[in-house]
Amino acid sequence: MGTATVGALPFLSVPGTGTRRNAELAQCAPRGTQSEWKRFLPAPALPGCAKKEHSVIAQFLEVPIMDLRFRPEYEVFREEVRAFLAEHWTDDDRASAPPLNPRGMSLGLAIRTDERATRFRLAAIERGYLYRHVPRRYGGSEQPFDPLKLAIIQEEFRKAGAPGELIGQGPSMLVPTLLEHGTEEQKQRFIRDTLLGKIQWCQGYSEPGAGSDLASLRTRAELDGDFFVVNGHKIWTSNADTADWMFALVRTDPEKPKHEGISYLLIDMKSPGITVRPLRQMTGEADFNEVFFDNVRVPVANLVGKRGQGWAVSRSTLKHERNLIGSSLLSERVLEGVRYLAHALELRGRPAIQDPVLRARLVELETKVLANRYHGYRLLTMQARGEDPGIAGLVTKLYGSTLGYEVARLAMDLLSDRGLLAPGESEAPAMGMFLTAYMWSLGILIAGGTANIQRNVIAERGLGLPRDPATQRGQARERKEG
Amino acid sequence: MDFGLSQDQLLFQQTLRRFLTEQCPTTRVRAIMETETAHDPALWQALSELGVPGLIVPPEYGGAGLELLDLALAAEELGYACTPGPFLGHALAAVCVIEGASEEQRRSWLPAMAEGKSIGTVAWGEAGSQWDPQHWSTTFDGQGLNGQKLFVPFANVADALFVGARSADGRVGVYRVERGAPGVTITPLSVVDMTRKVQHVRFEGTPATPLEGPASGLQRAIDAGCILIAADAFGGSRRCLEMAVSYAKTREQFGQVIGAFQAVKHQLANMACELEPALSLWWYAAHAYDHIRDQAERHAAMVKAHLTDLYDRITRDATELHGGIGFTWEFDLHLWFRRAVFDRGFLGDAHYHRERAAKLAGW
Repeated sequence: MGTATVGALPFLSVPGTGTRRNAELAQCAPRGTQSEWKRFLPAPALPGCAKKEHSVIAQFLEVPIMDLRFRPEYEVFREEVRAFLAEHWTDDDRASAPPLNPRGMSLGLAIRTDERATRFRLAAIERGYLYRHVPRRYGGSEQPFDPLKLAIIQEEFRKAGAPGELIGQGPSMLVPTLLEHGTEEQKQRFIRDTLLGKIQWCQGYSEPGAGSDLASLRTRAELDGDFFVVNGHKIWTSNADTADWMFALVRTDPEKPKHEGISYLLIDMKSPGITVRPLRQMTGEADFNEVFFDNVRVPVANLVGKRGQGWAVSRSTLKHERNLIGSSLLSERVLEGVRYLAHALELRGRPAIQDPVLRARLVELETKVLANRYHGYRLLTMQARGEDPGIAGLVTKLYGSTLGYEVARLAMDLLSDRGLLAPGESEAPAMGMFLTAYMWSLGILIAGGTANIQRNVIAERGLGLPRDPATQRGQARERKEG
Repeated sequence: MDFGLSQDQLLFQQTLRRFLTEQCPTTRVRAIMETETAHDPALWQALSELGVPGLIVPPEYGGAGLELLDLALAAEELGYACTPGPFLGHALAAVCVIEGASEEQRRSWLPAMAEGKSIGTVAWGEAGSQWDPQHWSTTFDGQGLNGQKLFVPFANVADALFVGARSADGRVGVYRVERGAPGVTITPLSVVDMTRKVQHVRFEGTPATPLEGPASGLQRAIDAGCILIAADAFGGSRRCLEMAVSYAKTREQFGQVIGAFQAVKHQLANMACELEPALSLWWYAAHAYDHIRDQAERHAAMVKAHLTDLYDRITRDATELHGGIGFTWEFDLHLWFRRAVFDRGFLGDAHYHRERAAKLAGW
C-alpha cells in the first residue's frame, strides 16, 4: 500500500498552531447527525460477497503471495478514475446538490440520490467503479477483488465530491443477503434499485421481548392463500419512518422449536395496517421507531429463503451488519477529525498536539485503527481464496465498536470543557459533532448484537467453548412449555 | 493484490512449528535456560540446518534471500515455542551487515552468519534507557571503541558484536568487534527472561571495524528488530491464549468446566478479539519493511509498542485464568510472561516508540 492512502490522511499536513474558527472546524470534522453514524457507516470493503461469487473473485487474483504494492498500474488506474470524474462529474453537477437531508449527509461522504447522482452512479458502475462485488446482471459492476483499487476509487470520488456507493441497511445488509439467499426474481426486483437509492430499507428484527434473545420474537405471519398475514410489534427500527421496505423476521411456525419457526420476509411499508411511531434516543433525537403490524398482507413471493429458515438467513444479514459496524472506515474518519482537532485546538496555552499523553494516545489509537484496516484486508483475502475466516471473522464487530468508542472518547478528552456543549451549538468546536460520535459509539456497541453477545459468539463459535448453561436451561424450559 | 501468506510460507511455518514442538518442548526450554548462557549449540545447529539464521541473507552470500516477513514468521514460531537462544541478536546483526556494510564486508562476513557458524549480536542500548542512536555516547576514535553498552543479548556467546557508536566527527555508525578482542568487559546479569540472557558490555580502546555501507543500515536494523519482537510477542500471545482456552475446556469447578462460565468466556473472547487484528498489523509492518519503505519506520515503531503491550495483557490474563496453578514455577505460563517482559523493554519501551511514531508523522 503506497503513500496515497495509509498515513497520508489530509489532516496530517495541517500546520498545527493556533485556534481555528469553529466554522472551519465544522468543515473538517466528521459531519452528520447521529443517525448517519449508525445508518450510513462507510461501506465495508466487501462483506457482501456471496459464497457463490468466490470462484469469480478467485480467478482474478493475480499471484497468491502477499502483495500490497501500489505498482505503476495503480497510478495508471488512478489517472483513469480522475479522467472519468473530470468528464462525468462537473463543477455544475457538484453545485447542483439538492438541500441535504440532515439524515443524508454522512461523514463527508456524498450520498445524493437525485437524478444527476443516479445518472453518474450508473456511468460509474458501467466503468467498474462502484459495487464491484455485485454481479452486473443485478446492477453491480462485477470487478475482481482489489482493495487497492477500491481505496483509489474511494479517495478520488471523495476528493471530487462525487456520489459513491450507498451504504446502510439496504445496500450493505440486504443486498448481500439477497445475493446469498434470494430468488432470481427478488434479486432482479430489489438489488439494482436499492443500490441506486430508489428503494430505502429498514430492518425489522428486535421486539420489546426479543432483544439479545432475538429468536424468541413473536411477530406472527400466518399463511392465507398466497399471502402471509402479519401481526405484531417491532422496535428500535432505524429509518422505519422513511423506508419503502422492511426486511423482517417473523414467526411462521409457532409450534416448532423457536429457531425453526422463523421466516425472513420483505414487507412493503406502504401496506395497509402498518403504523410507525418514532422513539427518542438518549441523544435527544428520534431516529428509530416502533412499528406495529395489524393484519398486514405480504405476498408469499416475498419470502427470502425457505419458510422456517429465516434464522439462518438472518445470520447472514447479521454478519454483514457486524462487518459494517466493525469496518475500519468509521473509526478512520473520526480519528482523522480528532487529529485535526489536536492540531487546531489549544489546551492550557499550547496546541493540544504537544501534550505528550495525548500524542501517545493518538498513536495508540491510530495503530488500532490501522490494525482494523489490515484485518479487513486479511478477511477479504480469505474470502477471495474461499477460506473460512473462522474466529478472524467473528471479532470485527467487537473490535471496531470498541475502537469507535475509544476514538470518540479521545475526542472528548481533547475538547475538555468544550465537550459539554451540545451538538448544533455554534460555540462548540466542530458544532459539537464529536459529542454525537461519542454518544453514538454507545449505540453502535449495542446495535447488531451487544458487545456481550459478541463475546459469547467469539467464545462459543470461535474458541469452541461450551454454550452458556443458563441459556441452554432457558431453551429447554421454553421447549417444555412451548 | 493479496494480503495473506503463500503456500510456501505456511509450509515453512508448519515445518518450524513441528520441529520446535518435537525438539524444543518446554522441558528442554527449561534445561537450556538454566544454563549459564541459555545457548544450546545443538539446537542452534539444528535451526541453522533449517535455514533460520540465513533466511534474509541474499543468496549470493549463502542465504535464502527471503524477506523480513519470512524472518518474522520464524520469530513468531520461536516466540510460540518460547525458544531460547541467540536468534534475535543474530538476525539484527545480519541486517546491520546486509543493509549497512560494504560489498567486501558482506562477502567476508555473511556466509558464516547465514550458516549460523558465526553468531552475531547487537550492542545498542545505553544508560538512561537510550535506544535512540542520536543520543549514544559510546565513541570510536579511529583506533578503538570506548563506552558502555547495556542489555546486549548473548554477548558472552557471540562471535561478533555489532556496536552502535559515534565517530570522531559525531556521526553514528555500527562497528564490528570480534570475540576475544582486547578491552572488552562483559558483566553477567540476572534477568527475567532466562531464554534470552543479556549482559552489559564495556569497551576500553577496543579494536573495531566500522561498517562501510549506507548509514541508513542502522535504522533498518532497528526497524527489523521492532518487527521481529512484535512477531515474537504475537507467537507467545497466541500460545498463551491456546493454553488458557484448553485449560478452560478441561478444568471443572462447581460441577462444570470453567469455560462454560460467561465471565471466563468473555475474558478469553476479549483476548482473541485483540489478537486477531494484531496479526494483520505486524504482517503489514513486515511487508512494508521490504516493499513500502516510506511507511516502514513508523509502522515498525507502532507494532513494537502495540504488540508488546498486548503480550503483557495476554500473559497476565492467561495466568489469571489458570488460577493457582498458573502462578507456580512448575507450570509453564511464566516462561511466556518473562518473554513478554523482555519484549517490552528491549529496544525501548512502548511510550518511546509511540513518541517516535508521533514525530515521524510530523506532529
